[in-house]
Amino acid sequence: MTGFYTLLYKELLRFWKVAFQTVLAPVLSSLLYLMIFSHVLAERAQVYADVSYAAFLIPGLVMMAILQNAFANSSSSLIQSKITGNLVFILLTPLSYLEIFLAYVVASMLRGLVVGLGVYLVAAWFYPVSPQLSGWVIVFALLGSAILGVMGLIAGIVSDKFDQLAGFQNFIILPLTFLSGVFYSIHSLPSTWQFLSHLNPFFYMVDGFRYGFFGFSDFSPYISLLIILACLVVISGWALWMLRSGYKIRH
Amino acid sequence: MTPAIEVQQLSKRYGALTALDDIDLKIEQGEFFALLGSNGAGKTTLISILAGLIKPTSGTARVMGYDVQSQYQQTRQRLGVVPQELVYDPFFNVREMLVMQSGYFGIKHNDVWIDEILFRLDLANKAHVNLRALSGGMKRRVLIAQALVHKPPVIILDEPTAGVDVDLRQSLWQFVQQLNQDGHTVVLTTHYLEEAEALCRRVAMLKQGRVVVLDSIENLVRTIRDYTLLLRLSTNILPDGLQSWTVKHDPVGELYRISIKEYTEIETILSLLREAGIQIIDLQLRQPDLEDVFVKTMEMDQAVAL
Repeated sequence: MTGFYTLLYKELLRFWKVAFQTVLAPVLSSLLYLMIFSHVLAERAQVYADVSYAAFLIPGLVMMAILQNAFANSSSSLIQSKITGNLVFILLTPLSYLEIFLAYVVASMLRGLVVGLGVYLVAAWFYPVSPQLSGWVIVFALLGSAILGVMGLIAGIVSDKFDQLAGFQNFIILPLTFLSGVFYSIHSLPSTWQFLSHLNPFFYMVDGFRYGFFGFSDFSPYISLLIILACLVVISGWALWMLRSGYKIRH
Repeated sequence: MTPAIEVQQLSKRYGALTALDDIDLKIEQGEFFALLGSNGAGKTTLISILAGLIKPTSGTARVMGYDVQSQYQQTRQRLGVVPQELVYDPFFNVREMLVMQSGYFGIKHNDVWIDEILFRLDLANKAHVNLRALSGGMKRRVLIAQALVHKPPVIILDEPTAGVDVDLRQSLWQFVQQLNQDGHTVVLTTHYLEEAEALCRRVAMLKQGRVVVLDSIENLVRTIRDYTLLLRLSTNILPDGLQSWTVKHDPVGELYRISIKEYTEIETILSLLREAGIQIIDLQLRQPDLEDVFVKTMEMDQAVAL
């Protein structure tokens, strides 16, 4: 296990050394979303009775920060190592593909969770809101960050250039997070869009996470949990197959 | 004894391009072995297969008896590779890199050995410097240090002295020779043939993905009976009798290079010059070396290819 712990430590040290960019910057941008949207939409968008729009928005923003940063961590670490060539330092070692997978994913989860916690603490200072059911919050945070960590790993393996990775980030991750009900309840959408939202796995992550805060949500948290567990299994299987076969990293 | 490296019928093809063509090669434990060949001959492909960075199309490769594909954890534990590319991780300093590299190999407390490597590679005062801030030569030393953290019994150095100053080259070879004397098998690729000749006992030459020569340097040089007689003379007009030898005129230093096969030819040439009344200002005899073997091998193979 020493190999796994070392790679995990290296991945954590990598983002921690540039925490200004990897932790503080996303906390600040989430805070700006909160300020602007809660100000503009406060009067217009009452989603649940007895829950202010700002309070509704906070869990969504926290989850969005967790997801985006978990993705950013594994994907940027891998693509940088591939392009600069230093991935060879890991490829030459006896680390198994499972150890490599776990180290990258756990590091991504921790980055996502640290940023998410930062967003929550700062946001809750402005608009106090606390989770009603902490267990659900923790489970959805862990699963959401794991899925995005794995997706980042896949994007990092598949991409050959920063350009391609930016494509993943801007054309897949960003639209899926923005359209997952972070800023609104999908019940406020026309039926076609509601249907499309149900095809978006990020919706279940955000909705289930929000259930932990308020005790009610757009969709059953149990079914959301099953759906994202299934997503995690499928996507992890895919990533492990890639690492095991050496796809794009061992020619 | 199990060979350090054993390669059987190993091929690597990329579509129509054949990088390695049915190679057989055995390197015994404790050898200091040179892998030579022009650019694109297949040296790095072979090393990459041994290191597990490239998968062979067919054939097997073993390191210390373990298969590089099915037993990759055992082979990588026993192999230290210094890659040709000058790669580094800009996030960390030298010591951090070496501690982490040790960890990847499952070694927790490696400070004593890391200190020794740093000292031997003259990196001790750079231990806390970020890799980004190091010169090319220093980065090369770090790559060598990284390959040695787990004390691998087999060390492969892929052009370790490319772009490295004379001082480091000397100290590097002393260190590697010491490692070899301590029992490590060392495999080296280099374009500096005099390095290979000074350090290695056996050599393989690759050409277009095939092993075209595999023998001890001593034997190879002995088979080549191409001596060169270097002469500086008092005149530019040579006696007709010299036409039966290949004579090259080198305008720099006004040297004549005459290729001979036997020492007895020297006497004949000297008497021809004496008869023609030509004085010898300077005379040298150059013995064949590994470079001659290399050039000849590459030329011969080209002729075969035609």
